[in-house]
Amino acid sequence: MAIYEKINERKAPSGTKGVMHWVRDNLLSTPLNVALTALGIAILFWIIPPFIKWAYVDANFIGETREDCSSGGACWVFIRMKLDMFMYGFYPSIERWRVNTVYVLFFALIAAFKYLKSSVLKIIFAHIYFIAGFILVHGGYLGLELVPTDKWGGLMLTILVAAVGIVCAFPLGVILALGRQSHLPIIKSISVTYIEFIRGVPLITILFMSSIILPLFFPEGMTFDKLLRALIGIAMFEAAYIAENIRGGLQSIPKGQYEAGDAIGLSYWQKMFLVILPQALKVAIPNLVGVSIALFQDTTLVLIIGLFDLLAMVRLSAADSYWLGYETEGYVFVTFIFWAFCYSMSSFSQRLEKRFNTNLR
Amino acid sequence: MIFRSKLAKVSLATIAILGICSTTLSADTLGEVQKQGFVKCGVDGGLPGFSEVGSDGIYKGIDVDLCRAVAAGVLGDAKKVKYIALNAKERLTALQSGEIDILSRNTTWTQTRDTTLGLNFTGVTYYDGQGFMVNKKLGVKSAKELDGASICLQTGTTTELNVADYFRTNKMKYKLVSYDTNDQVLKGYESGRCDVLTSDQSQLYGLRIKLAQPDDSIVLPEIISKEPLGPVVRQGDDKWFDIVKWTSYAMITAEEKGVTSANVDAMLKSDDPDIKRLLGSEGQMGENLGLKKDFAYNIVKQVGNYGESFEKTVGMGSPLKIARGYNALWNKGGLQYAPPFR
Repeated sequence: MAIYEKINERKAPSGTKGVMHWVRDNLLSTPLNVALTALGIAILFWIIPPFIKWAYVDANFIGETREDCSSGGACWVFIRMKLDMFMYGFYPSIERWRVNTVYVLFFALIAAFKYLKSSVLKIIFAHIYFIAGFILVHGGYLGLELVPTDKWGGLMLTILVAAVGIVCAFPLGVILALGRQSHLPIIKSISVTYIEFIRGVPLITILFMSSIILPLFFPEGMTFDKLLRALIGIAMFEAAYIAENIRGGLQSIPKGQYEAGDAIGLSYWQKMFLVILPQALKVAIPNLVGVSIALFQDTTLVLIIGLFDLLAMVRLSAADSYWLGYETEGYVFVTFIFWAFCYSMSSFSQRLEKRFNTNLR
Repeated sequence: MIFRSKLAKVSLATIAILGICSTTLSADTLGEVQKQGFVKCGVDGGLPGFSEVGSDGIYKGIDVDLCRAVAAGVLGDAKKVKYIALNAKERLTALQSGEIDILSRNTTWTQTRDTTLGLNFTGVTYYDGQGFMVNKKLGVKSAKELDGASICLQTGTTTELNVADYFRTNKMKYKLVSYDTNDQVLKGYESGRCDVLTSDQSQLYGLRIKLAQPDDSIVLPEIISKEPLGPVVRQGDDKWFDIVKWTSYAMITAEEKGVTSANVDAMLKSDDPDIKRLLGSEGQMGENLGLKKDFAYNIVKQVGNYGESFEKTVGMGSPLKIARGYNALWNKGGLQYAPPFR
């Protein structure tokens, strides 16, 4: 009988671990890669130091007037003085606490979601949040002064358009996805036509339709809130894309799951909501978040129909004759805000995937 | 083919509905404005000096002042304006569809626009035109001295054709350096790719502020094209058309007669019959328009006369520092002229 001895642990062979190895493997493996690495470093050196010099070293942070921006670098004073406009648009300054309250309530809602177990309660809370948010921001009830939608703007409007777009488009998208899978010919053809029609048209066309063509059809004197028109257009547009993502999820569910649902005597809706959709939505998370991020960025298109989202507000502020010539600072600021939002959304999606993908690990 | 015929039907239906809509638009804008309590005014919002938004979120500019003046004249309060920001594409539709009562958005008065779109231009609040900006170092004082110059401009606009015409008529040579956007044009000019930058003169002053050294450049006095900018109203409502037209005229007349927002109260006691009629202490000027006697008093008191408005928004009192030029009064070498109040 052979005797086996335990072999002591050994270190990995040198040159297969560590920073140097990683550099050699990834950056310097072939002459071409060496050249590309050198080029990459050169480009970084060419871009980054001037940017830091402009944005930080030479920049002006203190002051309140144009004259305070004299050092030749970035004029962050411009951003500071215009920050309220960027955040709230034309929302009256004494009423801005209402918008801030809605932001705070959002975090309260998230916290409540963590502790609430019942999904019915969660849904009720979410509805209360949206109604309370609308009453607070729009006013006109409970002694709050009415702030008409043409005063809404800036980041507040961007978030509102994106949030309402996603929240309203989601249920519609689920119904359209189910409709497309349906065996009933009328429902199926309506869903297919809707989805394919909307996906064949750019968002900008829908926005133009809603803001320019529609009013021509309304009877004289009837006006229909511009923001509401845009929101309906965006939600309808987004629903088609969400539907296609959910359909992808639905198709990934094995037929056995449908049959199992039928076998234990569940009705169609029970089968869908208890068995199929929970699994399908889980699969669709990355794509759904992708759509949401795309929508957040697409909100800037409302600028062309005269709604002042964050980007539009920056352009407007840069046209203030007192502050002419500081567009660059404004655009850098917008870039940063959009990056922060989109990056948090995508890391949120990664967390969701980890939490839900229990069966795949 | 079925599709095509369906499309044809749909478009016919669309045209029919559009036709019905345009005929059913009410012709009583004044009544509606008085009922709703504010004037709906279409502006740009992003045109320095014409309509811009300050850090406090308040609209200002020479286009905005016209809206304020109409509100002051009609409702007695210049603040009763609802501004609707419009881009160049939607501005005319917004007026046609009744979304706004006046369009005061840097709109050039042309024959086609005036005759075919169901709109009326009420006059000219700003005589604009294409001009030139050069570096002071060149020592050029007039566009006539620009022989052989290289010119930066934005492609795809009439700017290019105007330059070609102007240099040909004056038998001068030039070289074009074209860019896609106004900001690129400015960068090109600033980096010395060309000696001259050309664009609408009102734009040149705005672009000049964006330069690192604005004082090194000057805008030449010549204007080589006609761009009369003015307010627009819907066709078919002559009463409203008259009100907007005579609002501008009231501001011009006030300047001509030396009535300003500061001295208007003292001027009420003036013996000059023109001033008396203008401010409503004599005659029926306000009633003729369907307004109160003191409509022009409110305009001058709350908004100011034309000169005040000009200097505050685009002229020497503003960062743009545009010279009056063609926008001076007729008796001071300009083109601004109001028919008499009598």
